[in-house]
Amino acid sequence: MAVMTYLEAIRETLRQELRRDDRIIVYGEDVGVRGGVFRVTEGLQAEFGEQRVIDSPLAEAAIIGTAIGAAVNGLRPVPEIQFSDFIFPAINQIVQEAARIRYRSNGTFGVPMVIRAPFGGGVHGALYHSQSVEAFFAHVPGLKVVIPSTPYDAKGLLAAAIQDEDPVLYFEHKAAYRSLKGDVPDERYLIPIGKADLKRPGKHVSIITYGLMVSYALKAAETLDKEGISVEILDLRSIRPLDVEAILDTAKKTGKVLMVHEDNLTGGIGGEVSALIAEHALFYLDAPIVRLAGPDVPAMPYSPPLEHAFMVTPEKITEAARKLAKF
Amino acid sequence: MSKNSITKDLQKDMYYHMALARALDDRMWILNRQGRAPVVYSSNGHEAAQVGSAFALNRGEDWIVPYYRDLALVLAYGMTPRQVMLHLLGKAEDPNSGGRQMPAHWGMKERHILTTGSVVATQDIHAAGLALASKVLKDGRVSVAYFGEGSTSQGEFHEALNFAAVHKLPVIFFNENNGYAISVPARKQMAVMDIAARAEGYGMPGVIVDGNDPLKVYEVTREARERALAGEGPTLIEAKTYRFVPHSSDDDDRAYRSREEVAEWKKRDPLITFEKHVLDNKILSQAEHQEMQKKIKDVVNDATDYAEQAALPDPKTLGDFVYHQ
Ligand SMILES: Cc1ncc(C[n+]2csc(CCOP(=O)(O)OP(=O)(O)O)c2C)c(N)n1
Ligand SMILES: [Mg+2]
Repeated sequence: MAVMTYLEAIRETLRQELRRDDRIIVYGEDVGVRGGVFRVTEGLQAEFGEQRVIDSPLAEAAIIGTAIGAAVNGLRPVPEIQFSDFIFPAINQIVQEAARIRYRSNGTFGVPMVIRAPFGGGVHGALYHSQSVEAFFAHVPGLKVVIPSTPYDAKGLLAAAIQDEDPVLYFEHKAAYRSLKGDVPDERYLIPIGKADLKRPGKHVSIITYGLMVSYALKAAETLDKEGISVEILDLRSIRPLDVEAILDTAKKTGKVLMVHEDNLTGGIGGEVSALIAEHALFYLDAPIVRLAGPDVPAMPYSPPLEHAFMVTPEKITEAARKLAKF
Repeated sequence: MSKNSITKDLQKDMYYHMALARALDDRMWILNRQGRAPVVYSSNGHEAAQVGSAFALNRGEDWIVPYYRDLALVLAYGMTPRQVMLHLLGKAEDPNSGGRQMPAHWGMKERHILTTGSVVATQDIHAAGLALASKVLKDGRVSVAYFGEGSTSQGEFHEALNFAAVHKLPVIFFNENNGYAISVPARKQMAVMDIAARAEGYGMPGVIVDGNDPLKVYEVTREARERALAGEGPTLIEAKTYRFVPHSSDDDDRAYRSREEVAEWKKRDPLITFEKHVLDNKILSQAEHQEMQKKIKDVVNDATDYAEQAALPDPKTLGDFVYHQ
């Protein structure tokens, strides 16, 4: 057991996995010599060589497309997209190819691959280094999408994603890399994909969220606790598949649901979660479901006041949960 | 035409697969015109390029990543006429996709034919990826991507060549240049005369070959394969050829090319010129030839009957294989 940052947990898991299975390769832009622009893959090329930790050309479709071929031919590729904002040149390969290969071959081919990509804002990354892109992929059957919120989950979800026989998108929040620390066991363990985590039990309001927003919601819950408002927090961890049972359980328990994500409101995961609750737990609700999300502007602006206005913060969560509790 | 390295038996077998592909293709068009097959994509005219290259590979072991044009290729690679017909008619037993994909979307794991979608040029990168694994695993396999000249305008074609060349991957990019992308002629597709010229920009050899001569195609593919296995990296092969029929059964090529042009190319129909070659050089006797033609007819009839009688997929399977199960 060691205390690690979120980033270290990812790196050490990659190292442990690369040691465990020779078929695993890691590649992407700058991941080798430089160890990645965020240093996630630092030291891996030195340990595992240029054959397994590969600096690829600057071409996202090629990175994902070759990973698909390599996966079919017996490797377990873990390609990195340098920023999730730049995943779009590869969307053709991810959606049309990786997601559909098993289905279109009637189960004969599969693509066991994990696409890692840093996402999220609040780091002065502006429009093209701040995006949350998970909803695009959560829409696609054939893909799985996971977003860890703690160093512990970062490890268990990454190992599970690598173990998975299907393509998994693994999104890492940039602001979490160094700000989140926690205990991480040394041994390998798997967190099942599709299982949410009840972070905190509560009585009055349920906050359903994922990624960096989990830690923000926990802060909000502490503040509200002092005011006598008891907040339950459900960390989805996986947004495709969703843990429907856990979502309905918490909605039924408190009867008040606040859905939080940094991704913009319209078409975000919050809409899907709200629909599930409306379909299956409507008569348990004591208030309308509330969604707190990034605003519907094309992407996060640069200038600090604008960026701050975009971001979902612990304060905004506190306010929204307080209002909902008083409904 | 004949080369010593290509035995008579091999040439006989090549001819058989070319003739089989043409006959099966003709049958598919008949089924389409009779309303029994919704759509057909042909290899008609491309047989020499496809069969010649397939025979230069370690068939069933080396990976091929075909496109919809490649009926003769997949036959040469071991897909049976029955399997082709099952695919055409969308039957449950179709080994390519269990009736899920539209016709000519090949893919068969046990023959190392990678599944392919409709989006052109995506497959080029997959071949590079297969080869990346081969390089790491040292499995002695070569991968070959097949594609039309029109698809080389896509970025993914260029990304694939670049990636493969940088990493010296054991892959061959095999272009079947028939001069048209549906109706768009090559001169409106690119400002260079030859696809092979693109190779230089990526640091790999670009080879032009007469795509209507299976023996020449065989030779250049063999050389490219040897380069790949020697760790010297990828090769771009451009096989110049022609398609004798419309792009698909929904197309009418009279709208964009003259009958004179088609007739001119038909003088060099690879099936006819290669037939003459095998007969003139006594690679195939007249008696053997007749026997072969009868066999092909029987095989095509059998495949048609078998596939028509085969079961359609059960709608209950609609949700199968979205994920590993
Ligand atoms: C990305 C994409 N755009 C458009 C199409 C539609 N389409 C199918 S085949 C084709 C022409 C391809 O021509 P070429 O690459 O020369 O191959 P050929 O059919 O001549 O063998 C087009 C435009 C497609 N399948 N994929
Ligand atoms: Mg063409």
